[in-house]
Amino acid sequence: MSETTRLAPPAVEHGPDVFGATADDRFEDALAERQGAPGSRGPVFRFFAFLVRRPFLLGASVWILAVLVAAIAPGIFPTQDPLGGDPIDKLQGPNLGHWFGTDQLGRDLFARVLHGTGLTLGAALLAVGIGLVVGSVLGLLAGFVGSWVDTVVMRIADVLLAIPSLLLSLALITVLGFGTVHVAIAVGLASIATVARIMRSEVVRVRTSVYVEAAQASGNRWWRVLLVHVLPNSAGPVLVLAALEFGTAILAVSSLSFLGYGAQPPTPEWGSLVSTGRDFLRTAWWLTTAPGIVIALTVLSANRVSRALDTEGRRSR
Amino acid sequence: MTDAPAPALLLAIDSLAVDYRSGRTTVPAVRDVSLRIHRGEKVAVVGESGSGKSTTAQAVIQLLASNATITGGSVAFDGIDLVHATAKELRGIRGRRIGLVPQDPTVSLNPVTRIGAQVAEVLVVHRLASKADAARRAVEALREAGLANPEVQAQQYPHELSGGMRQRVLIALALIARPDLLIADEPTSALDVTVQRQILDHLDRLVAETGTSVLFITHDLGVAADRADRIVVLSDGRVVEEGTPDEVLRSPKHPYTKKLIAAAPSLQSAPALRALQIEARASANEEPETGDARADDVLVATSLVKEFPIPRTLGHGVTRAVDDVSFGIPRGGTLALVGESGSGKSTTARLALRLADVTSGTVTVDGDDVTSIRGSRLRAFRRRAQIVQQNPYAALNPRLSIGSIVSDPLAAFGEGSRATRKARAVELIDLVELPASVLKRRAAELSGGQRQRVAIARALALRPELLVLDEPVSALDVSVQAQILDLLAGLQAELGVSYLFISHDLAVVRQIADRVGVLRRGRLVELAPTAQVFDAPSSEYTKALLEAIPGQAVRV
Amino acid sequence: MIRYLGFRLLQAVGVLWAAWTVSFLVLYVLPGDPVKILIGPDASDVSPAQLAKLRHQLGLDQPLIVQYLHQLGNLLQGRFGTSIGSGRPVIDVVGEAIGPTVQIALFGLVLAVVFGGGLAFLATLTRFRRLGQFLLGLPPLGVSIPGFWFALLLIQWFSFGIPLFPAIGDQSASALVLPAITLALPTGATIAQLLSKSLVSTLREPYIDTAWAKGASRGRIHLRHALRNAALPALTVSGLIVGQLLSGTVVTETIFSRPGLGRVTATAVQQQDIPVVQGVVLFAATVFVLANLLVDLIYPLLDPRIVLTGSRRRLRKQLEAGLLAPLPDESAVPAPVSEGATR
Repeated sequence: MSETTRLAPPAVEHGPDVFGATADDRFEDALAERQGAPGSRGPVFRFFAFLVRRPFLLGASVWILAVLVAAIAPGIFPTQDPLGGDPIDKLQGPNLGHWFGTDQLGRDLFARVLHGTGLTLGAALLAVGIGLVVGSVLGLLAGFVGSWVDTVVMRIADVLLAIPSLLLSLALITVLGFGTVHVAIAVGLASIATVARIMRSEVVRVRTSVYVEAAQASGNRWWRVLLVHVLPNSAGPVLVLAALEFGTAILAVSSLSFLGYGAQPPTPEWGSLVSTGRDFLRTAWWLTTAPGIVIALTVLSANRVSRALDTEGRRSR
Repeated sequence: MTDAPAPALLLAIDSLAVDYRSGRTTVPAVRDVSLRIHRGEKVAVVGESGSGKSTTAQAVIQLLASNATITGGSVAFDGIDLVHATAKELRGIRGRRIGLVPQDPTVSLNPVTRIGAQVAEVLVVHRLASKADAARRAVEALREAGLANPEVQAQQYPHELSGGMRQRVLIALALIARPDLLIADEPTSALDVTVQRQILDHLDRLVAETGTSVLFITHDLGVAADRADRIVVLSDGRVVEEGTPDEVLRSPKHPYTKKLIAAAPSLQSAPALRALQIEARASANEEPETGDARADDVLVATSLVKEFPIPRTLGHGVTRAVDDVSFGIPRGGTLALVGESGSGKSTTARLALRLADVTSGTVTVDGDDVTSIRGSRLRAFRRRAQIVQQNPYAALNPRLSIGSIVSDPLAAFGEGSRATRKARAVELIDLVELPASVLKRRAAELSGGQRQRVAIARALALRPELLVLDEPVSALDVSVQAQILDLLAGLQAELGVSYLFISHDLAVVRQIADRVGVLRRGRLVELAPTAQVFDAPSSEYTKALLEAIPGQAVRV
Repeated sequence: MIRYLGFRLLQAVGVLWAAWTVSFLVLYVLPGDPVKILIGPDASDVSPAQLAKLRHQLGLDQPLIVQYLHQLGNLLQGRFGTSIGSGRPVIDVVGEAIGPTVQIALFGLVLAVVFGGGLAFLATLTRFRRLGQFLLGLPPLGVSIPGFWFALLLIQWFSFGIPLFPAIGDQSASALVLPAITLALPTGATIAQLLSKSLVSTLREPYIDTAWAKGASRGRIHLRHALRNAALPALTVSGLIVGQLLSGTVVTETIFSRPGLGRVTATAVQQQDIPVVQGVVLFAATVFVLANLLVDLIYPLLDPRIVLTGSRRRLRKQLEAGLLAPLPDESAVPAPVSEGATR
């Protein structure tokens, strides 16, 4: 008997049963059984215990929260006037009175960064919102309907992915004109293809899963399969992506502002703050460094939170 | 063995203890395991998942998972302390003095390196041969391992070989340096039963020729009994029984071993289950059975054909996954379809359930043709026929509570109020012998056996006449298998539901089926009442399958 | 092989056509009057009659489909239009800029591959868990630091602090260093993330255990067995990596005052010079398509499982989907094996 099965499809070729494939699952069963019941503390306690064990994640979450509060209500923080300053105080390094120092007009840099948060974050959230909503709908459509809809949507996504997203944003800005809202729209539109593709692959993965087959065999109508079984299980990765895209959008928005397409002076915005600080690079390092660090920390935190969501999502799958 | 002077001790494991770190806690995986292997001896370690059998083997070759640590005991190989050996010492022993045949041949070879080079690498890293010489000897080793064209296969890549051939490659790789000890960790559990038999036979011959000692890890008592000089039974990380196959199987001392023997389908000659079942049905059903479909069969399939297009990479045309298959499922009884991988058995099940569309042929239920119904008629059919899938670990929606999963079919049909559905869920969970407390839990909190019970409860929610059981126990350990089979038999007796039972394991089928169909490459080569299939099989293939059932050397 | 190549080239042309069409749609169909954009902020000074005349000259009074076909016709004859800012042919403007950009992009790519790849390899190779974790903590930092700030930091440190490299200009080879490092940071960090993720999962494959069981050394296993298998999926995103490098030049060249494609783009956007922007977009898409084509041609040589057909595309999609998914938690870092159980 020839054992060669080169022509057989891979699914057919793999073992006669799932005994090997589920070996790890059974092993975990056995360990769990020997381990006894998991801690019977409440979910809130477990959540905090989880955070405390991950100091970086805790720091990232706190930072994101602080930044969000600063965006919504900058007045909560002890702050000075972001627009008016005393020229006598100009170009002071960081000190107790001015945590981030002052700029060439004597304005408090901390206040300017704080009040710029709303603009940068607002733009990033708008961008993520646009990308996420449009991308998810397209991806869901492609993944769930399949056939020609899938082909058309994914081919378009392929083409969009062929153009680097920053260039696509720049092309959009050329037409839409300058300003923070336009920058946000441009960044959001440029991210649609990525979101659509991940959403689609997620929907396809869930759609072909064993439990969705079971749901179909149980007599669920297509919309119930979609709403009860497919969507809740595909939403997790999209949430992960949203956090990740949030970081990416902050980078894109501040880059475009840095290049001068976004907020115009004297309105404070993270990217344009770095841009104006550029002229004093030799003498006043803090003017670029302080907003630069704030941007980097925010993006880093968003990525960290995204990663945590991802790991937890995978674990519960 | 003759009365020669006692062979030298090769491997001595003493009071071995291994812990696994899992989250914040550590879980003992192996406790106080002691084991001896003499030169030329074949020792089988038998146990279920989590018994510590693989962990013990990994400890011997010091290839434990990254979250495992040896917390006590010693492993001495030919006088060398392996637990405290340096990396360099271990390198010298691995491959050269201890060979390993891993579990799953399909993923155990480097996909981008040629077969010959992978086998020769053993000699190269141990500087046992020059490069050219190693390549030549690799071809020789492949020939010894039973590959038909070793010169050709040495030049091929793993994906070009079948699972069985790959396992032969791994055997060649493990034996090429003529090790003193061979560790075979479930070497054939991922392979078809007929291939498994060929490979184990061949392995037996090879180790006999070279005088290699073997540490054989398996979950299958039957395989262990056939292949080993001595059996060690592990349970929960401890040795519970040790002895020759005869001693262990005929006069087991420990209750766990007794349970294991009772549960192993291949070791049962006259299954008690079936007797019970037949008894239950005896009053209703007196006529003698034949394999053919009969008028009162709940579902009749006639000349089913399913063709799949061949992937474009491999040329044009179609493959026939199911080829002219006809059968009937007896009302209140069980038809089992048995076949190895690629036999089309799961596809057939999906065709019968209308989860896939036939290329030609008909499926009728109570005389109604359901082959191409759509819409509301298809949904009406769904009420009558439900499925229990193969892998319980993937079959339950991870976001829903068990209660919602079990009542999902009711919700899908808008049946009853929320309260009545809840009540029905309680009823169903009780029916599958789970405590009501699981209703609030999620799938991830249950074990595989519990999950399969939930899947069965879900399938029964709509009170179907027919359940299609697609390998319902193949992902489970043998003792859990037995419990699920018991449950299924009980449910059939209680509810009168009919089963289409798909399996790769003839031994399992024997316990539960009234009729058995044997599929091979999409064709039905045998269809007859169960007793007839086992006692007087008509096709050569069925005979080969029966002979391949392990555990025949020692029948209880 | 020839047939496959022909098919792929045809496909590449198709993608370029589609990319150009997208840019046409974006630039001419989105709200906004192209003529007004073309004239710029002084549009109010121009009389309606002049506007109409200009519109006619540019063919913008014709139906969209006619304009589209007209432009497509021009494109096929190699006419990419004229820059509004400088009045020179777009092909010249973009063509001149390619050289200097390629210099820093290639330099940056080399740095990114060497340091990003090296970091990923080292982080998974090391036996010291802390070192591995530290190294794996760097790439997320690298992708989070805004490029424009990083460039300024480099200038601050290595031009003003220790005057090693010039802050601006393109006179000498040393002027290449800081721009190239700026470009290499996000790219290298991305490569490090992808490769380390891929290495971590490859090192868990059962065939790696087989290699240990042969008695192979740690170095041999990481180099001969893991690296090649892990690098393959990372290779599939080279198109995206090249795109990332190209986008990076916009900020980099602006900061370091270097001539090049990025600078041209920044200026064109500033002047709302639509033909030049379109030219740059088309160029970027061409580079992306060529990079992917190259990878597709090399891939089968590295991975015997791949045959040159359509199914390649599907596999690649899967690999990419896996890679583009967010990265795992650091708990995914393989725990180093205790010295006693040295693998």
